[in-house]
Amino acid sequence: MENLDQIKTEVLEAVVAATDSKALDDIRVSALGKKGSITSLMKNMKDLTPEERKETGQKLNLIKDEVAQAIDARKTELADTELNARLMAEKIDVTLSVRPEHTGTVHPVSQTIDEAIAIFGEMGFSVAEGPNIEDDWRNFGALNIGPEHPARQDHDTFYLPREQDGNRMVLRTHTSPVQIRSMQEKGAPIRIICPGRTYRCDYDATHTPMFHQIEGLVIDEKTHFGHLKGCLIDFCKAYFGVDDLPVRFRPSYFPFTEPSAEVDIGCTRKDGEFKIGAGDDWLEILGCGMVHPKVLENCGIDSSKYQGFAFGMGIERIAMLKYGIPDLRTFYESDLRWLRHYGFKALDIPSMVGGLTR
Amino acid sequence: MKFTLSWLLEHLETDKTCDEIVEKLSMIGLEVEGVEDRSKGLETFKVAEILTAERHPDADKLQLLKVFDGEKEYQVVCGAPNARAGLKGVFATSGSYIPGLDVTLKPTKIRGVDSQGMMMSEAEMNLSDSHDGIVDLPGDVEVGARAIDIMGLSDPIIEIAITPNRGDCAGVRGIARDLAATGFGTLKPINTDPVKGMYESPIKIHLHNPADGAKACPQFAGRYIRGVKNGPSPKWLQDKLLAVGLRPISALVDVTNYFSQGLCRPLHVFDADKLNGDVHVRLAKEGETLKALDEKEYTLDADMTVVCDDTTPHALGGIMGGEASGCQDDTTNVFLECALFDPIRTAMTGRKLDILSDARYRFERGVDEAGVVDMTEMATRLILELCGGEASDLVIAGEEPQWQRTITLRKARVKQLTGVDVPESDMVRILDVLGCKLEDKGDTFDVQPPSWRSDIELEACLVEEIIRVYGYEHIEEVSLVRETNLPGIAYTPMQIKRDISRRTLVSRGLSEAVTYAFLPEKQAKLFGWSDENLRLTNPISKDLEIMRPSLLPNLLAACQRNNDRGLPNGCLFEVGPQFDGDTADKQPVVVCGVRTGQTGPRNWAQAPRRFDVFDAKADAMAVLEAAGAKVESLQVDPEGAPAHYHPGRSGALKLGPKNTLAYFGELHPGTLKKMGYKGIAVGFEIYLDAIPATKSKKTGALRPVLELSAFQSVERDFAFVVDRDVPAAKIIQSAKTADKKLISDVTIFDVYEGENVEAGKKSVAISITLQPTTDTLTDEQIQTVSDNVVASVAKNTGGELRG
Repeated sequence: MENLDQIKTEVLEAVVAATDSKALDDIRVSALGKKGSITSLMKNMKDLTPEERKETGQKLNLIKDEVAQAIDARKTELADTELNARLMAEKIDVTLSVRPEHTGTVHPVSQTIDEAIAIFGEMGFSVAEGPNIEDDWRNFGALNIGPEHPARQDHDTFYLPREQDGNRMVLRTHTSPVQIRSMQEKGAPIRIICPGRTYRCDYDATHTPMFHQIEGLVIDEKTHFGHLKGCLIDFCKAYFGVDDLPVRFRPSYFPFTEPSAEVDIGCTRKDGEFKIGAGDDWLEILGCGMVHPKVLENCGIDSSKYQGFAFGMGIERIAMLKYGIPDLRTFYESDLRWLRHYGFKALDIPSMVGGLTR
Repeated sequence: MKFTLSWLLEHLETDKTCDEIVEKLSMIGLEVEGVEDRSKGLETFKVAEILTAERHPDADKLQLLKVFDGEKEYQVVCGAPNARAGLKGVFATSGSYIPGLDVTLKPTKIRGVDSQGMMMSEAEMNLSDSHDGIVDLPGDVEVGARAIDIMGLSDPIIEIAITPNRGDCAGVRGIARDLAATGFGTLKPINTDPVKGMYESPIKIHLHNPADGAKACPQFAGRYIRGVKNGPSPKWLQDKLLAVGLRPISALVDVTNYFSQGLCRPLHVFDADKLNGDVHVRLAKEGETLKALDEKEYTLDADMTVVCDDTTPHALGGIMGGEASGCQDDTTNVFLECALFDPIRTAMTGRKLDILSDARYRFERGVDEAGVVDMTEMATRLILELCGGEASDLVIAGEEPQWQRTITLRKARVKQLTGVDVPESDMVRILDVLGCKLEDKGDTFDVQPPSWRSDIELEACLVEEIIRVYGYEHIEEVSLVRETNLPGIAYTPMQIKRDISRRTLVSRGLSEAVTYAFLPEKQAKLFGWSDENLRLTNPISKDLEIMRPSLLPNLLAACQRNNDRGLPNGCLFEVGPQFDGDTADKQPVVVCGVRTGQTGPRNWAQAPRRFDVFDAKADAMAVLEAAGAKVESLQVDPEGAPAHYHPGRSGALKLGPKNTLAYFGELHPGTLKKMGYKGIAVGFEIYLDAIPATKSKKTGALRPVLELSAFQSVERDFAFVVDRDVPAAKIIQSAKTADKKLISDVTIFDVYEGENVEAGKKSVAISITLQPTTDTLTDEQIQTVSDNVVASVAKNTGGELRG
C-alpha cells in the first residue's frame, strides 16, 4: 500500500508543478484517464480479497477524489494566471485622449432671453414678437413720440426708403412696436413680454448698431405702480440670484409712460471690483412706467377702463452684468474663443423649477 | 445742466446740506450726473501777500520773496515771472500736499537759499492747465482767508440730466422750485418790477408770422438802452458762468447767459447801431445767409425764423445771434430781445443747420410762455446796473399765447394709478408749489398748470407730478398675481421650434453666433438681394448697408475671421431674421449654419475628415425632426437649392413640390471666392415657419398604439447595378413599393463605382427588413418578396441585380 501513497504523492506533486492547462490535462489523463495510474489500480482490485478490496477501494476513492480536487484547484489557479497574463499583455495607455467629441454653445443673448422668459413666464407673461422692419407710426407715433418730439433725436433711427402716407419704414429702435401690435390685435387685458433685436444708428465702445431688448406690458383694470415695482423687484432678485438685492425706482421720463421711472440696483465698486448686491452704490438697469393713456387710445384700448405698466431693458446689458462680460461689441464678433468661454451648454435650459443658472 | 450750490441758493431758501439736496434731486427725476467739489484738497491754502520780491543772489530767473499769510512771514524762492511785491496769491506752507504736482512740500534749499513754502499757480491747485504764473488775486482780498472761499471754490458744482419734458429745469430757478415742492425749503421771490422808460424806443418790432405758422414768434418784447458801457462783467457773474462751463465774454453777453442758465430765459442783445431801421421777425427767404456768432455762415430756408432789420437777418430766432450786430467792448447803444419762438420750428432749424446752442436747447423744450415782459424788466435792470445807460419804454409785439388750460384731476385717480394713499393736503401742497392753480370740486380738482409747464397735458401728468414729488419710495411693491393658478406656456409655438432647433444644433457641435442684420452690398448681391427697399438710407458704414437676404454670408465671414486667428474647423449657426422684403410677412426667422474645415483636430484614434454635404444635410434633418417636421415624409430635391450652393452637391428638403423646409449643401466655390472665403464650406438654411402643424387637436399628445410583432424579422441584402445618375432615393422607394406591408425598412449600405462595374454605372447595395405580423415567414414567402423587389427596382430604375 506504500505504492498507493507514493502514487498519490507523485500525482499531487505533478499537479502542483504543472504550468499550463495542457500539462495539467496530461496529468489528469495519466492518473485518472482510462489507462491512468489510479484507474489501473482500481481495475487491479479484482485480484484482492473482499476485505482487502474494501479497504483498498475506500483508500483509492479517497485518493481519486483528492487528486481530482487538486487538479480542479490547479486548473482554476492556472486559468487565473493565464487571464492575468493576458490582461497584462492587453494593457493600454489610458492617459491617451478620448476620441474628439463636439458640442457647441448657446449664445449669451439667447440664454439671457430664455432666463428672462423663465422668470416672467412664472408671473403669467407670454411672449410676443414682431418684425424688425417696422413703420414709423408703430415705432414712434403710436407711442406718443410725434415727428418733432425731442425724444426722437435720442433714438438715432435707421431709415429705409419706402414711405406710405408720410409713414416711413424704419428699423425698430425698441421692441415697443410689438406691444403696439399686440394691443391692436388682442386688446386688453394683456400680459406680454417682447424680446428681440433692436437697432440704433450708433457705434462706439458702449453702443452697437444692433442690440437686444426685452420689454414687458401689463394692461388690465387694476394694475398700478405698486405692481410694477413688485414685478420688477421680483425679476431683478430672481435674475441676479440675490435675495436681498436693493432696487430703487427714480422718476424719469418716457413719452409712452406716465408716471415713468428708471430702476437702479444696488452694487459695490471696491478696488476696481464690481459686484451686484447690497452696497453703497447704484447702477441703472432699466426704464419703466404706467402706460400713457394716449398710447392705449392709439391702440384702441379704452383708457378710462384699462391701465397698466410697461418696462424695457437691454439684454446684453443684463447679461454683461450677470456674467461679467466686459465689452458689448464682442457679442457680435462670433469669435469662437469668446463663444466657448461665455456660451452655454445645450442642456443648460433655464427654468424656475430646475434652476435659472447652472 | 450745470449749476453751483450757491446759484441754487439764490432761488431756494433752505437749511438742507449739499448731500441732502443731491440725493433728493435724483429721487424727484432730476438725475444727478456728478457733483464736483473743487475745494477738495485745497482747504488749507491761505491767501498771502508778497511783501518784498528780490532777485535770487545765485539765479537770474528766480526771486526771493517775503510772504505774509496773515500770521507769519515766510521766505520763498519763486520762479514765476509774475511774482511781485504787493501781489496777493495762494500760499502753500512746507508740509502741504500740492494736488497738481502730486508731491508734499518739504523745506528745501534752492541754490543755497531756504524756501519755506510756495506761491501756487492754477495748475498746481489742479484748477486749470494754466502755467502762466502764480495766482494773482484782486488787491482787496483779505490776507489769511481760505483761498477756496476767496476764489469761489467752496461752491460745489452739480450736474443733472434733464429729461425732454422738463424744459423748465433748464434754469436754476426751475430746479429750486421742484426742491421747494418736496418740502426742501421755499422758493425765493424775484423782483420783476417794471423799469421806467426814459424815452420812446427808436426801434419798433414787427412780427410777420405766416398764416399757417402763427406760432413762429407769438410774442416779442424789446427795449432800447442807450449809453451803456460794455466791458468785463463783475467777478461774481464771471465766477458763476465759469463754474458751469461758460466763458465770460462781456457784461452784456454774460447777462444773457446768466438769464438763460439761471431763469431758463434766453435773451439777445443787439448792438443797436449796427441795425438798419426796425426789427422784423419773419421766415427766412430761401437761400438767405447769416453769419452767426459762432463765426460760421449759414444758408437758410423758408421754414426758419429770422430776426432782421429793415434789410438783412441778424439772428436765427431762438437759436443764435448774428455776428454783424453782436455786442463788442465799444458797443454803446443796444436793443434787448426777449421773445417766444415755436419749439418745433426751432428744433427743426437747429437740426438742419446742426447748431446746438443753449437757446435752442431751451426753446425746443418750451420756455415760460407768460414771462416775456417780466424777464425783459429784470434783464433791463441788470444791464443798467452793470453797464449803466438809459432804458427806453418797453416795445411789445404779438400776444402772450393762450397757455391757460384746466385739467380735471380725480382725487381717487392718484391711488388707482400708483397704489398710494397720498393725503389730499400733500396733493394740494405739491401742485401749489409747482405753480398750479387749484380749485377743489369735491371728488376732483380743477387744475390749471403754470405757464412754464407745457408738458403737463393730462390727468396722468398731474398724478405723475404728485407721486414724483411725494416720493416713489412711498409706493409699496405688490407682486404680480397670475390670472391662473399654474403658469401657462410662455413661448409661442414658433419660439419653441426655434429654441429646440438652437439647442439641437448646439448638441451637434455648432456654436451659436449673433451677427448684424445688415451687410455690404457686394455680399448681399451674392446671396440674391435686389430689393432697393432693403437698403438703409443712413447706414453706419457701407459695410452695414443692406438688410441681409441670407444669414450665410455673416457666418462665412465669421468662420474666415476665426480661421485667420488660427481657429479652423469653425461650426457656427444663427437663428435670426432674413429680409425678403420690408413688410412684416417678408422677414422670416431662419435657422442657418455652416461647417468649415474638418470634423476635428488630428487624433491618435480617429482621423478627421473634411465636412461634406451630408453633414449639412444631417444638421438640417436633425433640426427639422426636433422642430416637429415629419422627416420620414421629406423629399430631397437635388436641383432645389439656390445659386449660392454647389449645383451638384446641394438640395432642398421639401414636403410636397411647393413647400421647401430647408436648403443644404456645399457652398458654391465661386460665391465663396467672391466672399473672400478660402476653402470649402457646407451649410444649411431652415425655414421653421414652413413646417406644417403636426399635432392634431383631436388626438393631442396621444401616440398611435404600439404594435409589436411576435414574429422574427428577416433581413435580405441585394446589390443593384444602375446608371450613375439614378438617385438612391428612387431605389429605396422602388424597393419599398414591392411589398408595402411586409417591408418595414430599406437602407443603403454600399455604393460602389469602379473596377468590375461598367463605366457610367454604379452598384448600390441595399438591405431590406421584412417584418411579418401574423406568422413566421416561410422560405417561399421570402423568395416571393425578393423577386418582387428585384422586379420593382428593375422596372423603376433599370437596375439589374449584380451577379
